[in-house]
Amino acid sequence: MSAMTECPETTGEFTEVERTVINRLQTGLPLVHLPYKAVADELGISEQVLLHTLQNLLDRRILTRFGPMFHAGEMGGGLTLAAMRIPEQDFENVTAKVNEFDEVAHNYRREHELNMWFVVATEAPDDIARVIAGIESSTGYPVYNMPKEEEFHVHLHFPV
Amino acid sequence: MSISTSRSDENYRLCALDRKLILATQSGLPLVPDPWGALGKELELPADEVLARFQRMQDAGVIRRVAAVPDHYRLGYRFNGMTVWDVRDDAITDMGRQVGELPFVSHCYRRPRHLPYWNYNLFAMVHGTSREEVEDKASQIHDLLGDTCEGHTILYSSAILKKTGLRLRKS
Repeated sequence: MSAMTECPETTGEFTEVERTVINRLQTGLPLVHLPYKAVADELGISEQVLLHTLQNLLDRRILTRFGPMFHAGEMGGGLTLAAMRIPEQDFENVTAKVNEFDEVAHNYRREHELNMWFVVATEAPDDIARVIAGIESSTGYPVYNMPKEEEFHVHLHFPV
Repeated sequence: MSISTSRSDENYRLCALDRKLILATQSGLPLVPDPWGALGKELELPADEVLARFQRMQDAGVIRRVAAVPDHYRLGYRFNGMTVWDVRDDAITDMGRQVGELPFVSHCYRRPRHLPYWNYNLFAMVHGTSREEVEDKASQIHDLLGDTCEGHTILYSSAILKKTGLRLRKS
C-alpha cells in the first residue's frame, strides 16, 4: 500500500444494520461482561451479526479502528499539532519519512501553503521536542509546532 | 522507558499491566464475544481483572471510551475543514468558548501564531458533506466572532496520510 491514501469516494449507502452499528459504536462500548452481546441486545440484532458487521466495516476501512481511545494528556504524555510546508515534488518522500515516526498519530494533507498537518503524541511531554527535531533532521524541512494553549471543545460524532 | 508516564498527582499512573493492556489493544479490541477473556488469556490475567482495569482507566480519563473510529470521508463527510481565525488576544478565551459551543464544531483550540507564515490563533474543526456546507458553517463562526476577528481561512484536507490513533512505543 502506498504511503498516500487519496481522498476516497463516499460509499454512500449503508444497510440499516450498518448505519445502526456505526452510530451506536461511536459512542462507546459498555464495560461489562460480553459487551458485544449487550450492544447487540440493545440494537435488537444478534451478537454474531454485530461482530460480523463490525469486522466487515473495519475490513472495508469505513471504520479505521475499533478499540480504546486514549487521552494522551491524561496519560501524562505529550500531544501537539504540527505543520510543514513541503514542495510538491518532495511531498510523497517527506510523507513516508514523517509517517515512519511511531509518535505521528494522524497526518493530513491540506490545501494551504502549510500543506502537511500531523499530530505528535509521546509518552513523556519532553519527548515532543525530540520528535520534532528528529522530523526536521530526517526531512530537512522546518516543523511549525502548534500545541494547544486552550481547549474549548472536543466532540467527535459523525451520525450516518 | 519508564512505566509510569505521569508527572503530576492529578494524572492516573499507568502500571505495568495497564500498559500491557494498552499495547495489546491499541490497534483494536478483539472482535470475539468475550474480549476481556481473550486479552486475559494473552496476558495471563483473569478476565475480571482485565475488565476492572479498563473500567479504572476509563474512569480516570486515560481512555476516553472504547469505540469505533470512523473514516469520516467514507461516512460521507468528505469535506473536513480546519477553519482558522486570527482573533484578538484579549478576546480569544471568550470567543473560543462561544465557537466551541456551536453544535457543528467538533474540536476547538487556541494555538500559537507563527509569524509571518501563520497568524491564526483559533482553530475550529468543521465537517460537512459538501464544501458549501463547510463554508456556511464557517460563515456562522465569522458572524459570531464579529470584529474580534482580523482574518481567517479554511484548510480542507485532501488526503489522509496516516491515521493510527495514539500509540505507545513498544520499547
